[in-house]
This record gives sequence, structure tokens and C-alpha cells, in this order.
Amino acid sequence: MIDWGAIFSNAAVELISPTTAAYALAALGLAIHFGYTGLLNFGQAGFMALGAYGFAISTLSFGFPVWGAVLVGVGASVVFALVLGIPTLRLRADYLAIVTIAAAEIVRLLFTTNTFQSITGSANGLSGYKGGFAGLNPIPEGRYGFGPFEYNEYDWWLRIVAWSIVALACLFTWQIMRSPWGRVIKGIREDEDAVRALGKNVYSYKMQSLILGGVFGTIAGMIFVLPRAVVPSNYQTSLTFFIYAILLLGGASTILGPVIGSMVFWVLLSFFSGFIARAVEAGWIPFITSIQAGQLRFILVGVAIMLIVIFRPQGIFGNKKELAFVK
Amino acid sequence: MSNNTVPSNKPVKSTDLHIGEAEPGCKKRDPILVADGVSRTFGGLKAVDVDHVEIPRGAITALIGPNGAGKTTLFNLLTGFDKPDTGSWTFEGRPLSGMPAFKVARMGQVRTFQLTKALGLLTVMDNMLLGAKGQAGENLFRAIFPFFWAKQEEANRVQALDILERFKLDTKKDDYAASLSGGQRKLLEMARALMSEPSLVMLDEPMAGVNPALTQSLLDHILNLKAEGMTVLFVEHDMHMVRHIADWVIVMAEGRVVAEGDPHEVMRNPAVIDAYLGQHHDEDLGEDPAAETERVEAIKELLD
Ligand SMILES: Nc1ncnc2c1ncn2[C@@H]1O[C@H](COP(=O)(O)OP(=O)(O)OP(=O)(O)O)[C@@H](O)[C@H]1O
Ligand SMILES: [Mg+2]
Repeated sequence: MIDWGAIFSNAAVELISPTTAAYALAALGLAIHFGYTGLLNFGQAGFMALGAYGFAISTLSFGFPVWGAVLVGVGASVVFALVLGIPTLRLRADYLAIVTIAAAEIVRLLFTTNTFQSITGSANGLSGYKGGFAGLNPIPEGRYGFGPFEYNEYDWWLRIVAWSIVALACLFTWQIMRSPWGRVIKGIREDEDAVRALGKNVYSYKMQSLILGGVFGTIAGMIFVLPRAVVPSNYQTSLTFFIYAILLLGGASTILGPVIGSMVFWVLLSFFSGFIARAVEAGWIPFITSIQAGQLRFILVGVAIMLIVIFRPQGIFGNKKELAFVK
Repeated sequence: MSNNTVPSNKPVKSTDLHIGEAEPGCKKRDPILVADGVSRTFGGLKAVDVDHVEIPRGAITALIGPNGAGKTTLFNLLTGFDKPDTGSWTFEGRPLSGMPAFKVARMGQVRTFQLTKALGLLTVMDNMLLGAKGQAGENLFRAIFPFFWAKQEEANRVQALDILERFKLDTKKDDYAASLSGGQRKLLEMARALMSEPSLVMLDEPMAGVNPALTQSLLDHILNLKAEGMTVLFVEHDMHMVRHIADWVIVMAEGRVVAEGDPHEVMRNPAVIDAYLGQHHDEDLGEDPAAETERVEAIKELLD
């Protein structure tokens, strides 16, 4: 009576969904910040919001082409990173955490307030900005694919672009992290005074890292809004925490960790939500309503992540050896 | 113990480094570092208050003094890790005051830390490579294309391996620095500092926690640095070592330079004995026999 087939195929769909790609990319940005540089950025949701709104507003209000809209979003996040970094990166690590969490909330509230309704759409958000992106689609109209992975031309185009960007970002990050630049970055994570004593401009490297990871978050924010609308309530602090969960799940200073972490996260989430919804329907769980069931899935995902982190604390891809030396 | 640590071949001492009397703040023939009026207070405590001091070039200078004398604080100030309340100083004739630490290091004045700072989750080799100067691959845009930096990296690797061999760490090159022992980390930190081919090496207690057999080779390394033309300034509490390798000794107490001179002469200076004794004056003098004998030993050691 429970349609297991539907539950599993809905879960499988999340493997390659653009949302999974967006979270993977945002988590890769956090890997650069937290995993490699040791920067505590708790404002990744703010970077994502800037990407989403930067893209949507410059398309809707100013009629920018896709590349222009992307540049606006990226530019906004570079400015955001500078504003956050200039006062805090010289201070102790915790200050960045406090400032980023607050700044991301400020960004979200600015996009929510009624004052700028004509541009931001206030709490209703924005839609209707996808024409430019869809217009670039070379795939002819129709439905393609097999099994649960059957989509129309727009959905395929979106998935191909999203995952190509993720793949490029992974390659890029892998390359810079095995270069001397990456060595300085990892050195800063271990002890920034030691790196300073060796003649490296630590402040500049931390700023580069903050900008780079932030830009990854911003592009993730753009991918995130291409299959849906821009809604300000999506960019709450909990978004940042989900991305941290994904990062720790996959392994904080790894390249593939964020990608696989995001896949595991979304597949589990979809599986549990499908399972609970149907179980409630079927009367297996008599004492909760379907609204409560919607929250229950996060609890179950939380438990699943806790189990993974307890039994594999270095994350899926992390190096066990590193843990032996955690301070 | 001294049989273990003092080698049979006597190191060649540099002499005739100063001009005039060997007194606190005396002029040197060829100073590499000159500091004037440097002071630093923490709350009400004047941690450093140095009127004038010069470090002779091409020699090994020891900075000694009781605990809390301000040696590490002076190191921090001179290397840009801390900001002084007053004072200015020049390195190779160029003013350094107010310069950030990384620029000081780039100019060739490299330091190590009293509390060792090995980069734990980097391999020993990566620790070493981080020390190399002017790396093209440390620029984000060039980092993307290995052909900009692969050759230089290879050369640095060869140099690093050479230094690691001298410090007997070559077998550990692929291990995490976190897996090294405390003494090995001291060695690694010193080896890493040498990667940048500095002109002035400032070592804060390089021998602390290093076993006597290794101390011997560390001393030889320091002597080698001098032979290669580097200037060494080091903080050390072990008087045997100071006497053995230092060409010049600067004594600090309560933030001030209280004596300077040749290692054998300076130990006889009443100001130095005062400095070391003074540290215990208002404590339990005479109440704790063990501490008493220890103190007498220390003074004997100073005087012998
Ligand atoms: N960051 C700080 N804040 C407050 N007081 C400090 C600080 N750093 C040093 N001091 C004080 O300044 C004085 C000098 O300390 P410093 O570390 O320079 O001594 P030192 O000569 O290196 O001693 P040791 O031989 O024990 O290493 C001490 O009294 C210490 O308590
Ligand atoms: Mg000290």
C-alpha cells in the first residue's frame, strides 16, 4: 500500500537536481572558507541571496542579458566579501563568524522590506527572469530521458549547465589547492602567525579566499533560483547551517565531499519526506498531521547526519589520519 | 652533561665586534639591526624599555635574561608581531618600525617562536616549501597553471630536502608535522625559516625541549648559519650553550638591557648576577633549601 517505487524514484531524482548542484557549489565555497582557510563564514546564505537577487533584479529591472546579470551578482558578492573582510579579517576568527551571520540577515531583511517593493518584490519575491537563460538553450523542444530522469528541454539544459559549473568549480578548486597558493591557504588554517613569519601576506590571502568562496556561493544562488522563484525567506540562517551540514557530511577540506554530501543530503531529505507523507496517508503514524510530518523529515535527516558524523567524523571523503591530530 | 653538549672542536668566535666600552647599548662596528627607545607596556607593566641596542652583523648574538625579562616581547616588536608604544629601529639601514610582520620577513629578518608553530596538518615537506621566497605559484591566477611554477617548485623541493637532511628530518618528509615530537618540531621550524635564505635569523629558545644529542647538531647548525654569512640572534637559558657558540651576549632584565659583552666577561658583570638573583629576592629566600641550592648552582654556572 505504500508506493516504495515512487519514494525511491523521487529520491533518485534529487541526485542530479539543480538544487542539489546549487547546494554542492555553495558547500564547495564553504570548503574553501572553512575547510581550507579556516575562516568561519556563517553568512553563505547572504552570498546566495546576492546571487539570486543580483541576477533577477538586473534581468527584470534593467533588462540585462544573462552574462550581464551574472556579472552583477558576482560583483555584488565581491563587494559584500570586501565589506565583511576588511574590518574583520585582521581580528580573531570568531569576529568574522559574528559579522557574517549578522550581515547575511541584513541582506535578507533588505530584500524583504516593503521599502524596495518595486525592485525586490518584498516578501513575495521575484519571478519571470528565466527567459534569457531559457533562450540560450540549444536543446530542441521535447521530453528526454528514462525512468525517473525524464525532463523537458529546459530542465535538461538547467541540469547540464548547473552540473557543468559544479564540475568546473571542483576542477578549479582542486588545482589551486594543490598549488603553492593552496599551501599558503592551508598554512593559514593551521597557524596564521607562522605563515606571516614566513613572509606571506596573510590578510590578502584570507581576503582572496573569502571572495572566492563567496563567489561560489553567489553562483550557487543563481543556480538555486533557476528552477523556482526568488523568495527572501529561502535565505535564512538555516540555509547556511544546511550547507555546513553538507560540508561536514562530505568532509570539510575535500573537493568531492561537498558534492557527494549535497547528494546524500537531498536524497535522504526526499526519501524521508516521501516516506513520511505516505506513511501518514496510509495511517502508519496515526498521531501526527501531514503538516507536522513535513517537519519530521528534517528531524530524521538530522538523525541520519548525526549518525554519519559519529561513525565517520572526518566526513565521507575526509582523511582519517587528520583526525588523529585534531587539537 | 656538558660533555655531551660541548663539542671537542672549538667554534671560531668573532671578536672585536663593538666600539668602546662593552656597556649596555654600546656601538657595534657593523650593526645589522639598530633599535632606539623601544618600549612596550602591558597594563602597568613595562615589558620592554630598551634605550639603544645594536646587533652585530655576521655574528651569533645571544639574548639572555630571567623569565619575564621581555626577550620574547622584544622579538615580537622587532619582527612586527607586536606594536611598540614608542621607538624605532632599522634593519640593514632601512627603517622597519610599523612594518607588518610579513614584510619584515621578506626583507630577510626571519624568526621562530618560543612556542613552536609547526603547521600540523601540512606535511613536513609542505612546511618547508612554505618557507621559500618569491614563489610564482602563490599568486592565485598563476596557481591555476602549473607551468608557471612547476620548475620553481622542483628547485625548492631539492633545497628543502637538502636542509631536511641536515636536520635529520628527511625520513619524515611525507608525515604530518603534527606527528613530530616537540624537539623535532623545533628543528622543523628552524629548518623552515632557513628556506627563505634570511640574512638575520632570530631564534626564540631554539634548544628548549631538544635532547642533548640533538642539541649538539642544532648548535652545529647555528654555527653553520654564521659560516654561511647569516647573522643569528637567539634567546637561550642554557648558559653552556650561550658560552659555547655566542660571540656576543646581551642581557635583559625587567625590560631593559642591563649588560652587554663577550660571553665570558658578561657573566662576571655584577648587573647580570643581580638580574638573575633579583628575580628571587622577594621570594622565599632561604626558606626552601632545594630552591636555594638550585639558585647557588645557577650562579656558579654563571660565574664558572
Ligand atoms: N600579551 C601580553 N599581555 C600581558 N602581559 C604580557 C604579554 N606578553 C608578555 N607580557 C608580560 O611581559 C613580560 C615579558 O614577557 P616576555 O614573554 O617577553 O618574557 P621573556 O623574557 O621572553 O621570558 P621567558 O624567558 O620566560 O620566555 C612578562 O612579565 C609578561 O608577563
Ligand atoms: Mg620568552
